Amino acid sequence: MTNLVRHRLFWPSAVLVLLLASNVFFAPRFFTITLQDGHLYGSLIDILRSATPLALVALGMTMVIATGGIDLSVGSVMAISGALACLIIGGLPDQDSVAGVLIAVGVALALSALLGVWNGVLVAVIGIQPIIATLILMVAGRGIAQLITDGQIINVSSAPYRVIGAGYLFGIPVSVIIVAVVVAAAALIIRRSALGVLVESVGASPTASRLAGIRARGLTITAYVFAAFCAGIAGLIFSSNVASADSNAAGNLIELDAILAVVIGGTALTGGRFSIAGSVLGAVLISALDITTYTIGVPAETTLLFKAVVVVVLCLSQSAAFRAVVFRRRNPAPVTPAVEVSA
Amino acid sequence: MGDPPILQMTGIRKAFPGVVALDGVDFSLRPGEVHALMGENGAGKSTLIKVLTGVYGIDAGDIRLGGTPVRFGGPLQAQHAGISTVYQEVNLCANLSVAENIFIGREPRRFGKIRWAEMRRRSAALLEGLDLHLDVTAPLSAYSLAIQQMVAIARAVDVSAKVLILDEPTSSLDASEVDRLFEVMRRLKRDGVAILFISHFLDQVYAIADRMTVLRNGRLIGEYATAELTQMQLITKMIGKELNVLERLEEEPRTVTAGADAQPIVEAHALGRSGAIAPFDLSVRGGEIVGLAGLLGSGRTELARLLFGADRPDNGRLEIDGKPVALRTPRAAMTHGIGFSSENRRTEGVVAELSVRENIVLALQAARGWSRPIPRRKQDELVARYIDTLGIRPADPELAVRDLSGGNQQKVLLARWLITEPRLLIVDEPTRGIDVGAKAEIQRLLVELADGGMAILFVSAELEEVLRLSHKIEVLRERHLVEELDNTGGGVDADRVMQAIASGANP
Repeated sequence: MTNLVRHRLFWPSAVLVLLLASNVFFAPRFFTITLQDGHLYGSLIDILRSATPLALVALGMTMVIATGGIDLSVGSVMAISGALACLIIGGLPDQDSVAGVLIAVGVALALSALLGVWNGVLVAVIGIQPIIATLILMVAGRGIAQLITDGQIINVSSAPYRVIGAGYLFGIPVSVIIVAVVVAAAALIIRRSALGVLVESVGASPTASRLAGIRARGLTITAYVFAAFCAGIAGLIFSSNVASADSNAAGNLIELDAILAVVIGGTALTGGRFSIAGSVLGAVLISALDITTYTIGVPAETTLLFKAVVVVVLCLSQSAAFRAVVFRRRNPAPVTPAVEVSA
Repeated sequence: MGDPPILQMTGIRKAFPGVVALDGVDFSLRPGEVHALMGENGAGKSTLIKVLTGVYGIDAGDIRLGGTPVRFGGPLQAQHAGISTVYQEVNLCANLSVAENIFIGREPRRFGKIRWAEMRRRSAALLEGLDLHLDVTAPLSAYSLAIQQMVAIARAVDVSAKVLILDEPTSSLDASEVDRLFEVMRRLKRDGVAILFISHFLDQVYAIADRMTVLRNGRLIGEYATAELTQMQLITKMIGKELNVLERLEEEPRTVTAGADAQPIVEAHALGRSGAIAPFDLSVRGGEIVGLAGLLGSGRTELARLLFGADRPDNGRLEIDGKPVALRTPRAAMTHGIGFSSENRRTEGVVAELSVRENIVLALQAARGWSRPIPRRKQDELVARYIDTLGIRPADPELAVRDLSGGNQQKVLLARWLITEPRLLIVDEPTRGIDVGAKAEIQRLLVELADGGMAILFVSAELEEVLRLSHKIEVLRERHLVEELDNTGGGVDADRVMQAIASGANP
């Protein structure tokens, strides 16, 4: 039992369960999942579906943060990826051509990865601080997306493209399947190869890592490329779901939610040890929070405030020092009056 | 005997999950004495200090300060009560001025505004009292580590002057700086400050301590006046068995066994880096231990770093197996079979967050690249073997390295390089800040490795150990390699090296 409580994902998991349970009071059928037209429907499915772009972005962000960096440009990369895919599909003679959609997806993801190379080179080769280096693309990226779409919202009506964000396979949303596959593949590659431990070493102590012969540069660039690649997929899911490319709305402020998801998942912003499962849990939690505000019926103008309160409670619950104060777990060790603390 | 103790700890017990760190330990400290706390790594010295300063609570026992029972909730409370600690690593802000460091958090103020002039005046006066004449407005980083340490002591004494704990204060100081520190300690003693002193240098303990308390495996072995215990008796008490490793090493003739006349593994010709080390010639052969001797800041580490590619030379050339090479990165040096264990164990050596296993396989894994992970079974096998061979304690491969004592961290670092099977191992201060037992083990290990044909470049501030281990001694002075002494057969003594350091002509 104590081991369970000590697990670093215990408190976020507990908050998630609490959050989900609280919905039942407002919507008794909250946990009900029904099968309609061969598709699974229900609030839990909604939560997973809406968590998909964030979970991907948080996955990539986890690797960047593990190296001791941060990537603010993920939202812009999402916008660019969606914009490029929609531009190509919009230009197809037959928008329902599967081959055409695959090319669009491939090109969008390739460009995303290239943008990751840009971030990685700025950070690892030129040596710009990550927050500044990625701020460049964060700001410029929206402009690039606007250029691609010529300032318009591009609408597409492509059935194959629509599948990515809004389709179902075996009753399960395709976007959820995509994220599950990407997360599983990434976790497998990162943890089965030595990538994970080398990245953790670089993030925890760049100097010691260099003297141990680790080539940090390549690892760091890889992390930024991976983050941009994940953001690219997230951008496709987002734009496919709304069947359009909206350069302003796509991935707006998602970098902050992603950072929050990573931190909730127990990865320190200073780099080093990271947890992929934790970040995904964090993303689901943030998504559950959004859905909860709707079911509970939090007035629209106080939604952000409500979210903030939950986040504060969550962060405090993860702090051992705070829990000690609240639950008085630690043996009180007061000073004797003789040595009263004086300021 | 004289004054009543200012600090009295009785029957202290502290257990951690799975291990009793302190078991019924008594300790007392009188005003105006220097009391050394002695014991091997893991004997409980650090735990005792942490218990005293409130970092840990205690499970049983009694702590009295000036006769009153106390129980501190943390170092700050301990400090307010009159117990200050100065740690091995200086815990000050190098970018702030000396005066700011002394008064940080307790600046003299008027209407909320800091009174800078007052602060500078008082800082200067305080340092004068310790016979230190510094520019208190200069950033702390402008001064040597030794001076920084004394500033830390000045601050500690000014904050609260009853009990001063000095944890390994001398480990990064050279001889003259140690003398200076001792001078300061003697002054404080005269002022009635009780000083708890921890050091692994027995000579220093004998030079300054009045009494000593010996711990072993969390138990109290005894309290002795320094005069009543010889060094040999002390060591025996500390490790609990007759220590003859050191003497055995002493008697063994230093003969180069393997490949003595063979081609040098590494040969430097006028290799140098401006501002770090003047051009030098040096060769290291297989089976040979080459010692680097010199004062702190004489360029020992800088020389070693050039041979490992940690820094890039800006003149001269380096040959490995007779072929010219340019080592642009540590990685390049590793591909030529060179390993380097840094003197800054915590910042440049182990990765504290990672486990013992991950740390040990790190260099080998780095050499293989991320796509070729070392199979887990192979890792466990290698790690278990080195934990066993080097006696790494606790012997838990999944423990984070930060939870290990300094000596064990050093062994982890050595293990990391040994599994890469280097041909030349560069070890910079491998025995600094670790206890006698572990020190002897590491020295013996290096001798064995050299006997097995490995070339070793051994850097140490401790002259005796350089003399004891090295076949060849390179003497450095003011960033120049001034002399090479042949020590095969042990013909060189400390005086000879000191003479070279003192009078060595700069080329």
